[in-house]
Amino acid sequence: MLQRDYTTSQLDVLEAEAIHIMREVAAEFERPCLLFSGGKDSIVMLRIAEKAFWPAPIPFPLMHVDTGHNFPEVIEFRDRRAEELGARLIVASVQESIDAGRVVEETGRRASRNRLQTTTLLDAIEDNEFDAVFGGARRDEEKARAKERVFSFRDDFGQWDPKNQRPELWNLYNAKIRKGEHIRVFPLSNWTELDIWDYIRREGIEIPSIYYAHTRKVFERDGMLLADNPWITRGDDEPVFEAVVRYRTVGDATCTGAVQSNAATVEEIIEEIAATRITERGATRADDRASEAAMEDRKREGYF
Amino acid sequence: MDILRFATAGSVDDGKSTLIGRLLFDSKAIFEDQLEAVERTSRDRGTEYTDLSLLTDGLRAEREQGITIDVAYRYFATPRRKFIIADTPGHIQYTRNMVTGASTADLAIILIDARKGVLEQSRRHAFLTTLLRVPHLVLAVNKMDLVDYSEERFEEIREEFTSFASKLNAPDLTFIPISALHGDNVVSRSENMPWYNGSSLLHHLENVHIASDRNLVDVRFPVQYVIRPQRATDPALHDYRGYAGQVAGGVLKPGDEVMHLPSGLTTRIASIDTYDGPVEEAFPPMSVTLRLEDDIDISRGDMICRPNNQPHAAQELEAMVCWMTDASKLGPRTKLTIKHTTRTARALVRDLHYRLDVNTLHRDESAQALGLNEIGRVSLRVTQPLFVDDYARNRLTGGFILVDEATNNTVGAGMVVEAR
Repeated sequence: MLQRDYTTSQLDVLEAEAIHIMREVAAEFERPCLLFSGGKDSIVMLRIAEKAFWPAPIPFPLMHVDTGHNFPEVIEFRDRRAEELGARLIVASVQESIDAGRVVEETGRRASRNRLQTTTLLDAIEDNEFDAVFGGARRDEEKARAKERVFSFRDDFGQWDPKNQRPELWNLYNAKIRKGEHIRVFPLSNWTELDIWDYIRREGIEIPSIYYAHTRKVFERDGMLLADNPWITRGDDEPVFEAVVRYRTVGDATCTGAVQSNAATVEEIIEEIAATRITERGATRADDRASEAAMEDRKREGYF
Repeated sequence: MDILRFATAGSVDDGKSTLIGRLLFDSKAIFEDQLEAVERTSRDRGTEYTDLSLLTDGLRAEREQGITIDVAYRYFATPRRKFIIADTPGHIQYTRNMVTGASTADLAIILIDARKGVLEQSRRHAFLTTLLRVPHLVLAVNKMDLVDYSEERFEEIREEFTSFASKLNAPDLTFIPISALHGDNVVSRSENMPWYNGSSLLHHLENVHIASDRNLVDVRFPVQYVIRPQRATDPALHDYRGYAGQVAGGVLKPGDEVMHLPSGLTTRIASIDTYDGPVEEAFPPMSVTLRLEDDIDISRGDMICRPNNQPHAAQELEAMVCWMTDASKLGPRTKLTIKHTTRTARALVRDLHYRLDVNTLHRDESAQALGLNEIGRVSLRVTQPLFVDDYARNRLTGGFILVDEATNNTVGAGMVVEAR
């Protein structure tokens, strides 16, 4: 007779699954890398990587696609975290892609480097010959992502074909690819935004300061509060004002909105998210608002 | 709080999307911006009501064609449990998607339209669910409002399905009369069906006991990755050698005598390590790192078990296989790559014994090959021994995938039977 029923908490199950996925990649691929932006999902993913290979160091480099328009607090955090871990950090620069003529900078009031990142990312994957790329995307984020595999195949153009995905059964992942192709791997597929925050709280993980409430100069556009920053052109009808805000997601400063909030601790953030009626991408991401299928279209091209 | 993974089977006509929409909506897992987007799209398309299937049908092609192409995963939580729904489409690629969704499910909900009763499709869903050994099955008899909440009708359907299910080796079976549209017996008990004494669907999902569904008896630890931090700055780690993996069965404890396969050598567990410190026991689905007392040559794909309870080391496999591609067929002499636990080998199909008609359960022994979405019993010869159990005994050590060597696509899913 068993003495107890061996119940496992949801965070333990999700963590065990993510560790399993990371070890599969380390075992089956030649040159993996982990996309690390300094955002909360990639921070959690990095902690899982530490756990998966401990006491050995993480057996792959980190990579960040830097639009050059990121929040300085996040870039500082990114560099410090990589240094603490002794990890190699590759910074793929959108500015360099522009300078090299690989992409053309958008112009106008709504110019953003969001879409340009795809070219920089795919070039960096090719230049470094990465065959597996860890991303922190979650299926609860967005409806196209809800149908994406944990091991998501990309052809030699880096493209995702949602109608032609490999079936994924049990905990068995198909890692077979040809040269030039790669797999995007999403160890946090089954996590929700709330799971991420519960985990950050449980593990006592440090996150960049902009996730907590702070006073910032902002202006309003399309119902979102955008930070007043040197890379964005404001109209005369978009006056700057000070507000107490925090970020729910962290991306390029030109398309990531802040939310008004007084949540100054992880506990207060969890309370706020549990009560919110708007998704994180709906509240804060202009890049997803382009159309009904904005994310799917970008993913097809090779986006994160 | 634990996690319940469940699969839903049925077509749009059965009210499946409405049911999922209601579960998500009532547990506040649908957000205002999502609902607004769905309402906007419904309006643009000229649909009279808010089409909740648009919440799950996220791909452009699905929206354009009004169909569901692929398994969609949805998430919600109540104070008692976190839920992961594998929502599988009703028509296109049905078997392949259902098999995929059911492979990790603790429970499956099969929807039946109370007016139509048990259809061929319901039988197919039930068969696939039991083939994949989903431990709990819920027959949600929907649209009870359209049969005047009739107890008699519900009992008729229950009897018909029970008699069919007895042929299937069906697991824990629960019948719940519901109306997804009106919410009867979905979240709370319905006043319209006072004759029904059971739980509401959500109450059942929150309380069904799943902890003992895992195999906690047969120790199975497929070695996934060898951790050797040779370059570590800490000299104490120079000789560290840990075997990382996810426990697939049983309970492991430090000091336990264990056997390594394929060598057959025995040793003891020195410690069970994690980043958060050593643990006193490890069981499914924990991902841990084992250190052993003796130095044995162990690599990825090997298995650690107990000397008196070993899996079968098999090069000849008998299995039920579901074929998942229309680009090729499976028949005698087909060569494939097989992935089972952490071991990958090559496999040759020696024989196709029969093809199973998933609607009638008839065995067609004259079949020469399996095509897309077909299921059959095959014999495989594998280039190196796999450490298998009957799928019925352990889904993780009894399940495998087949990969096409030319296209690298996953083309088949297999379940070991009669391991020997």
